[in-house]
Amino acid sequence: MRKQLEALIFELSSPGRKAFTLPGLDVPETDLPESYTRDQPNLPEVSELDFVRHYTHLSQMNFSIDTVFYPLGSCTMKYNPKVNERAASIEGLTHVHPLQPEATVQGSLELMYKLQEALKEISGFSAISLQPAAGAHGEFAGVLIMRAYHESRGDEKRTKILIPDSAHGTNPASSAMSGFSVVEIPSDERGNVDLEALKQECDSTVVGLMLTNPNTLGLFEEQVLEVCETIHACGGLVYGDGANLNALLGITKPADQGIDVMHFNLHKTFTTPHGGGGPGCGPVGVTEELAPFLPGPYSINEGDTYRLDMPEKSIGRLKSFCGNYGMFIRAYTYIRMMGPDGLRSVAENAVLNANYLKAKVSPFFPVAVDRTCMHEFVSHGDVPGTDVIALDVAKRLLDYGHHSPTNYFPLIVHDALMIEPTETESKETLDNFAEALEKIHQEAHEEPELLHSAPHITPVYRLDEATAARKPVLCYKG
Amino acid sequence: MKIDPNARYSKEHEWVRKDGENYLYGITDHAQDQLSDIVFIEFPEPGESFASGDIIGVVESVKAAADLYMPISGEITEVNEHLADTPEILNSDPFGEGWIVMFKSSDPSEFESLISAEDYEKLTGEE
Repeated sequence: MRKQLEALIFELSSPGRKAFTLPGLDVPETDLPESYTRDQPNLPEVSELDFVRHYTHLSQMNFSIDTVFYPLGSCTMKYNPKVNERAASIEGLTHVHPLQPEATVQGSLELMYKLQEALKEISGFSAISLQPAAGAHGEFAGVLIMRAYHESRGDEKRTKILIPDSAHGTNPASSAMSGFSVVEIPSDERGNVDLEALKQECDSTVVGLMLTNPNTLGLFEEQVLEVCETIHACGGLVYGDGANLNALLGITKPADQGIDVMHFNLHKTFTTPHGGGGPGCGPVGVTEELAPFLPGPYSINEGDTYRLDMPEKSIGRLKSFCGNYGMFIRAYTYIRMMGPDGLRSVAENAVLNANYLKAKVSPFFPVAVDRTCMHEFVSHGDVPGTDVIALDVAKRLLDYGHHSPTNYFPLIVHDALMIEPTETESKETLDNFAEALEKIHQEAHEEPELLHSAPHITPVYRLDEATAARKPVLCYKG
Repeated sequence: MKIDPNARYSKEHEWVRKDGENYLYGITDHAQDQLSDIVFIEFPEPGESFASGDIIGVVESVKAAADLYMPISGEITEVNEHLADTPEILNSDPFGEGWIVMFKSSDPSEFESLISAEDYEKLTGEE
């Protein structure tokens, strides 16, 4: 049965109702100066109970990780442990101001320092800055670091960045924002970077390569050492897109693969809330050679004290104050709760879950490149012999109570469904999801209309994305 | 899939057709079908010159954004501004009302080097 649409809070409004009680007036009443008053602020007026019900209903409409399976490939929608929230609400951490003297916030600075140290250990890098506020922000920082490095050596002829065709769309965007041109490198038939094509582009104008490992097909770059050596041989640097780090925790370190600079997504790998649940956080890690260029400030340790410091040739500040501090607390809590063995088991189980689900799903939705996958895999979401496409399958999954996988990405796979179960899901949940896909595959042959018109249980039907994009209505009752 | 027998084609699924002294340029029926509903188009400026292979604009659909490549060198003389408000014409009539730019080219041999309608049909059949 279709869920009901919730009225807007403005539509619930009735003059004179209120959801607050002010304390009694204990000073003489004075009118506001006229210049500060408005006739019609048009604020909704509702009772406290209506207010609570309205927002509770809205929250119940959410497809969220706390309510449903959420296999959104490349996003690592794993469970966000509630203990993180408990740590983030410790008064000593929430009731400080970023402009307080450093001597009075030693605990906060120590937490930053210890998180930096933990990320160093996990990645093998020499230095970390927690400044960037999101993955793409971390990428941008990384490309600016590569630019600053080449400029510091007087090497200004480097203008192009090489990016595999399986990369996240943010990679070319970060490169273009930094003033560089982008050269796309094709993938070979095993889903790896085409090494021959890469070699042909390697010359003295290469700033670097932006590499995602595992890549967006969910596959480990089998020639990663040779890829990095090839780039280094022409004087370029290797940027690692750390979006898929979940597959590698405790197993291999990106720095050991030859990567020079990489961002982490605390909101993917390290269980801080993702999407609407909270701001992101995209720390950037570098080799010793690139450490002087890191954005700052970062936390450093001198004997028993901690203080903020700016790296020597820093590209500067990317975010006000220290960054999204609340996320540091959550990620640090997660790392300490898991411990080194726990983090390794994260990667092992993420890979195991993905391969288990791949085996169950691929008879109905064949995988694009059939190799042992890492933390995710990419299937073809269309159903040959019918007019059912990946979008129909994605929408129909909502009726079965699952969030859709990422669809139509990566672009190199026709009708892609990119499925990432993460390590936090049980075998039963995976079986349930695979069964739903099997049923949908059957429906595609027997009742394709059911798929074309899906979803059926959500408050709104299939949205007309084309009209919404062509003729957007941006004002309420506009 | 529709093909215009009078046009020549690029591997990027764009077509070019002679129009008097000038050339018309657009994306093919196959391209619009792959992109699905097109919602936005970014044009070059009239008067701008491009070499073959240069990016001259972008089309965006509900699924993806795709660059528009200049198939042969030339100077833009006119853009089909009508498409800015009604990009759906690119879906409904890609070879006719959905032309994107008009340009002049100094080297007619470049046009002849593009893929023939017959070969283009084979190319899309293989995909």
